[in-house]
Amino acid sequence: MKIIVAILLTAFLAYVLGLYTAFPWWSFVFTSFLVAVAVHQRGGRAFLSGFLGLFLLWAVLAILKDAANQHVLSTKVASVLPLGGSYLILILVTGIVGGLVSGFAALAGSFMRKHRRRY
Amino acid sequence: MRVVPFLISGLVTAALVVALDRQLPAGGSKTPRLGYFLSPQQGFWQNAEPANADFDADLKLPGLKGKVDVYMDDRLVPHIYADNDVDAYYVQGYLHAKFRLWQMEFQTHVAGGRLSEIAGEERLPIDRFFRRLGMVYGAEQTMKKMDQQPEIKAGVQAYSDGVNAYIQSLKPEQLPLEYKLMDYKPEAWTPLKTYLFLMYMSYDLAGRGSSADLQMTNARNYFGYVDFDKLFPNMPDSLDPIVPKGTVYPKASVIVKEPERVDSAYFDNRITGSVPMPEAPDKDNGSNNWAVAGSKTKSGRPILCNDPHLGLNLPSLWYEVQISTPTHNTYGASFPGSPAVIIGFNDNIAWGVTNAGRDVLDFYDIKFRDSTMDEYWYNGAWVKAAHRKEIIKIKGKPDQVENMAITVFGPVMYDRAYNNVSTQGKYLAVRWTAHDGGRGVETFYDLDRAKNFDDYMNAINKWTCPGQNFVFASKSGDIAIKQQGAFVARWKRQGDFVMPGTDSSYAWQGFIPNEENPMMKNPPRGFVSSANQEVADASYPYYLGAANNFSLYRGIIINRLLTGMNGITPQDMQHLQMENYNVFAETARPALLKYIDETALNADEKKYVGMLKSWNLRGDVNEKGATVFKCIWDSLEHVVWDDEYKQSKLPMTWPDPSTLAESLLKDSAYSFADDITTPNKTETIKEDVMLAVKKAAANLHYLENNGILAWAKYKDTRINHLLKLPALSRLHLPIGGGTHMINATKENHGPSWRMIVQLTDDIEAYGVYPGGQSGNPGSLYYDSFVDSWANGRYYHLLFLKREDAAKHAQVKWHLSFSKA
Repeated sequence: MKIIVAILLTAFLAYVLGLYTAFPWWSFVFTSFLVAVAVHQRGGRAFLSGFLGLFLLWAVLAILKDAANQHVLSTKVASVLPLGGSYLILILVTGIVGGLVSGFAALAGSFMRKHRRRY
Repeated sequence: MRVVPFLISGLVTAALVVALDRQLPAGGSKTPRLGYFLSPQQGFWQNAEPANADFDADLKLPGLKGKVDVYMDDRLVPHIYADNDVDAYYVQGYLHAKFRLWQMEFQTHVAGGRLSEIAGEERLPIDRFFRRLGMVYGAEQTMKKMDQQPEIKAGVQAYSDGVNAYIQSLKPEQLPLEYKLMDYKPEAWTPLKTYLFLMYMSYDLAGRGSSADLQMTNARNYFGYVDFDKLFPNMPDSLDPIVPKGTVYPKASVIVKEPERVDSAYFDNRITGSVPMPEAPDKDNGSNNWAVAGSKTKSGRPILCNDPHLGLNLPSLWYEVQISTPTHNTYGASFPGSPAVIIGFNDNIAWGVTNAGRDVLDFYDIKFRDSTMDEYWYNGAWVKAAHRKEIIKIKGKPDQVENMAITVFGPVMYDRAYNNVSTQGKYLAVRWTAHDGGRGVETFYDLDRAKNFDDYMNAINKWTCPGQNFVFASKSGDIAIKQQGAFVARWKRQGDFVMPGTDSSYAWQGFIPNEENPMMKNPPRGFVSSANQEVADASYPYYLGAANNFSLYRGIIINRLLTGMNGITPQDMQHLQMENYNVFAETARPALLKYIDETALNADEKKYVGMLKSWNLRGDVNEKGATVFKCIWDSLEHVVWDDEYKQSKLPMTWPDPSTLAESLLKDSAYSFADDITTPNKTETIKEDVMLAVKKAAANLHYLENNGILAWAKYKDTRINHLLKLPALSRLHLPIGGGTHMINATKENHGPSWRMIVQLTDDIEAYGVYPGGQSGNPGSLYYDSFVDSWANGRYYHLLFLKREDAAKHAQVKWHLSFSKA
């Protein structure tokens, strides 16, 4: 349950912050970090929440843009980058890039607090 | 808090952000900032325009005087209705920026020598070349001149304000894709940028001399003047000039005097100088245009056609627009970067242009007192030179400063700081009409508003550079063509080579008066045409320049076909613009076949010669004979010329195909046939042709095995994105045509705007260009015309009256502009 709250909160806050496009693209590291501080989980779960929150947000936003665009641009960009012209891989890469940054930010957030449980 | 893991994960986060937030080296170039680029709320995904995008808008903008309505049709062509002219240009600027901002800025960065600023040091050679050619200098001169015309100044300023209104409204995520790829931002537009763009067109169309003159000089030095003159004759036998042979011209009013001792100083082998260029304008930057009188058309009204041949790029050089104000109602192709319609028609007339190709750029060899370039020797005394600094900013590096001397002839392009092996120790000044300040914008401004023949003449007589053939037709039934520009009155061969610059004897002695530029109005044959051939035959009293500045064969076929046509419809004209018959091959094939001895060929070679014989002389998509002819001919040129050309270490102009073809037809003992690298043997033309066939057969065999013998596959036409990124380009287009054919579509060059206008009471016009109205690679409108263009299909151009525009079935969107 906690993990779902963390994922949704991470995604939601990153989305809202992302509406202010004058801020840098990586501003979500702060919200992902704070979510991990507030919704405390162990390192692995915190990372997963942070990762999935941004992965899902970025992938879903990309899919929405891409579907409306009939893959016109994604197919081209996936050749420029180069990802073999595959829009699916491009969407995955988009999600992973956002996810990784957010995941590590969340991991740092989880280490801010002491674990109640001993290993 | 667990300090060590916290620090480690924090550092990893920071490292990831840093790595994803910078451009990383990849191959020869750089990646975008990946995190930014992939971010769906900021990066490239934002440029993925929905297929059902809605372009309706209600815009309140500062700087507008009144209200402007823009109706967008289903091809995304705007129909602008404004209460006054400046508002119309303001909105034209806004729309150009909305759909083509990156391209507009990029093209002016090229022209102004500023690519290094955005792309880094690799582009420095091109920047230096354009700076030293005086592109910025020329744009400044033009701006100075145009600022004296209040109407033009206001129009160009309003256009600029419109562009800036769009740039200011641009949110970071709306930046065009290419800015995100290369990681930079647009700067404010200025009127100077409009003039820089027009300078680029001058370079593209009248800047060939910047490479040709040096290469011609090398060729003269290598061959000696006598042989040079044979290889680069002044008028080909088969010329069918724009103004027909037999026309009687009045005597020249400007009498030019050859310098004394020109034979030893100029027509010998002692002057040297050559430098390879980063970019050379395509020799075939040309075009077709023609107009037929009502006597030859089905409607009884004139039809005017134009297809300018230029480099094929995405986003396209052209942007279609209709501009309607109380002073004029005009439709046509505009340049993103400049106000007004450039090629088009209005309620009364239509016009089009082709390139005149006349040489208006010369080099002078300057003698400086020392390397400070402060004083140069001129007419027997040391004269002070002016200086100009060109500062080139380089991304991530210190600025490069070009210190140029300015002489009486013009800027010194080549000097100690800018030269190479072939210009060692030389100071070469450029004399170019594009530096003189032109009134080009005013010509288009006036043509947009022209009502009749007199208006057309008044408009084009202001035109100086690049020299153009302006074709004209009016509803009232007139047709005309005139070659117009500031053309130098030259003695024979003046300026074909680098000239001595130590005194005024080689200087330009005057310009040909406008009234003496060749023209034709309502000729009895019922049509006028031009296709970059020489404008007149030898009876014209001025020297037109070396023949290899011109194209020969398209003019012949256009005139031949138009002569035979009657009851012409716009549809007939569409077929004519797409005509793939090759008159050069018609001339050269018999010359080849005459020398081919089939008994000495193997089965494979015989097969290809058979294909050559049975070929229908057309460059249609599936013709294999066209490829066979091209390969054999190219191979022959190499067999004949390579032995001479490989001896020279300096780049030299390559002789025209017509020169070789006409020589073969005339002369079986052609002196250049001998391979000079085999001193004990004198090769004949026959041996050359047989060798060429054998060499070509090997290549043809390879092409056939790879399934690319068909003409379109072999030619492989493509439209490059301006950054030459294949993914943003259109490759492998199935289109015929090519060099020497009316449909002059080559590999990456060809008809850039095909237009046909029938001047009936309600104008009936057709057009298509190889691109799309949107410059955004993420838009369906980015390349939406390309397939039609390749297949020879045209769009019926909507020339709408204001009251009909809102309701027209093909009008999809309405943009309303008003004062903020």
